[in-house]
Amino acid sequence: MIEVKNVTKIYQSGNVETKALKNVSFVINKGEFVAIMGPSGSGKSTLMHILGALDTPTSGQYFLDGQDVSKLSDDELADIRMQKIGFVFQSFNLLSRATVLRNVALPLIYTNTTAKERDEKAKKALASAGLTEEHWHHLSNQLSGGQMQRVAIARALINNPAIILADEPTGNLDTKTGEIVLFSFQDLYEQGRTVVLITHERYVAEHAERIISIRDGFIESDEKVKHRKQLNNHI
Amino acid sequence: MNFRNLLQEALSALTANKARSGLTILGIVIGIGSVIAMVSIGQGASGQIQASIESIGSNLITVSPGFAAGGAGGVRMARGSATTLTVEDALAIAEQIPLVAAVAPEISRRYQITQKSLNTNTQVIGTVDTYPEIKNIQMESGLFISEQNFASLAKVAILGPTTRDDLFGEGVNPIGQTIKINKISFKVIGVTKAKGGTGFGSQDDMVFVPLSTAQRFLSSDEYVTSISVQAADKKAMAQVQNDITQLLLAQHNISDPTLADFSVINQADLVQAATQTTDTFTMLLASIAGISLLVGGIGIMNMMLTTVTERTREIGLRKAIGAKKKYISMQFLAESVMLTFLGGATGVILGWIISILISRFGGITTEVSLSAIILAFGVSAAIGIIFGYYPARKAASFNPIEALRYE
Repeated sequence: MIEVKNVTKIYQSGNVETKALKNVSFVINKGEFVAIMGPSGSGKSTLMHILGALDTPTSGQYFLDGQDVSKLSDDELADIRMQKIGFVFQSFNLLSRATVLRNVALPLIYTNTTAKERDEKAKKALASAGLTEEHWHHLSNQLSGGQMQRVAIARALINNPAIILADEPTGNLDTKTGEIVLFSFQDLYEQGRTVVLITHERYVAEHAERIISIRDGFIESDEKVKHRKQLNNHI
Repeated sequence: MNFRNLLQEALSALTANKARSGLTILGIVIGIGSVIAMVSIGQGASGQIQASIESIGSNLITVSPGFAAGGAGGVRMARGSATTLTVEDALAIAEQIPLVAAVAPEISRRYQITQKSLNTNTQVIGTVDTYPEIKNIQMESGLFISEQNFASLAKVAILGPTTRDDLFGEGVNPIGQTIKINKISFKVIGVTKAKGGTGFGSQDDMVFVPLSTAQRFLSSDEYVTSISVQAADKKAMAQVQNDITQLLLAQHNISDPTLADFSVINQADLVQAATQTTDTFTMLLASIAGISLLVGGIGIMNMMLTTVTERTREIGLRKAIGAKKKYISMQFLAESVMLTFLGGATGVILGWIISILISRFGGITTEVSLSAIILAFGVSAAIGIIFGYYPARKAASFNPIEALRYE
């Protein structure tokens, strides 16, 4: 499903070389809920950019859905992102003056769809993300943080992506709202979707079923979560 | 990404900041509006001059005498003062040149004219029956000179409306009354319709008498002061002008065309010379207005650059969800073209209103032409593309990772 093979990423600024990732390899299967965990500077953001086809590795290979993404051009990467990846960001990145429905349908305007099709798909995605119908016509800046993040999750779902990539999705939320958003991801996992969660908090990572710990560009550990935090076992 | 989606996205981006979009559009509105208004003034002036030249007669070619050549190195008199043209020349033109519709020789000179106690000094024109047709003269009452009058050397006169007013007073019917030109009595048989005296001397202050009568009793010679020729149509003008020159050279036994004792003036040349002046004037006005359009364009670029910087994160997001470079640049280009297009449309309306107000209250004829409107739209769209291109390219070149991190 996702295969990262000997991936190395080197940033060059002037004469200084920074090795952000050093020979990283792992596999994520379809339907897994994986947390990539590490402190800041560990290389997890770089890894997220490569997994999200926003960047390409300096060496090594990255297979997404059986396709080698590591050597593609900018426009080809844009196509991969459109078809196979759904992003959820820490700061939501919604268009503030647009309605919830328009925000969710945003990725579809770059495809050949009619306004009606976009509306239908957006409503379906919003239902999957668990945002109730009363908010669908609100402007996104009228929503609470938790609601905004669910709009962002719906936007990530709209193209039915192979992988949902969440970058610190609870970073801007209070603990309780963060929990609700994390349960939304668990819900997506129950629906059979592949979810990759990037975080620096063990507590957040433990909502996933597997944690890949990364430090100084290496994989430190890769293990199943023994006691997964779930809605019904700790509230 | 289809065209409809592109327009929707651009429109919603522009309406997100209405005040800024409105102010930016204003720059283009003023630019296009002043171009339209200025060009309308120029074209109005040009149209007016053309109309007044054409009111003298349509498809008109005028033959005038040349210099009175006083032999080699002799003292020359003013052009037109020579007595070289005769009625025979006019007859030859009428008979021998095809594509000529009508020919009217004339003598004109100023005389003192009296009627009882009133008198005036005005132009007396001795001519023939074809004159009104060539010079667009219509009769208000009575008749013009007839062939019969010409043949019989009749002492009859036709008055222009201004001359009638001067000699008889306004509204008086002078037909049947007698006037004295150079102390010779003439019977008034008609009054011409007013043409309105715009430039080139009033055609309303004139007296017409038969050419034969004028030659016999007033000028006492067989020469004419000019011959007016009407060509069959506009296209024949150049041909007829050329034919007349050749014919008169032969008639006057002159072999070297540079020594011709007459000149042939084409009305079209006159119109061209006049419109050339107004065209220059129009260009000047338009280029002054064009400067404000340029400033408006820079305003567009300024706004688009600000917008691109402000929306860096949005651009990052759009790239992250799969927008290719060209879609991003198309979107920003669509925004700037939409701004200038809206500004252009409003500017055309504004310019039109201004030109109507100028002609209503300023007394200047204005003319908004379709070509000016099309040009204004073209120019405003081009400004959108030219001044929107750089900001759009800048937006498209953003790295999505850095754009998403932008604070």
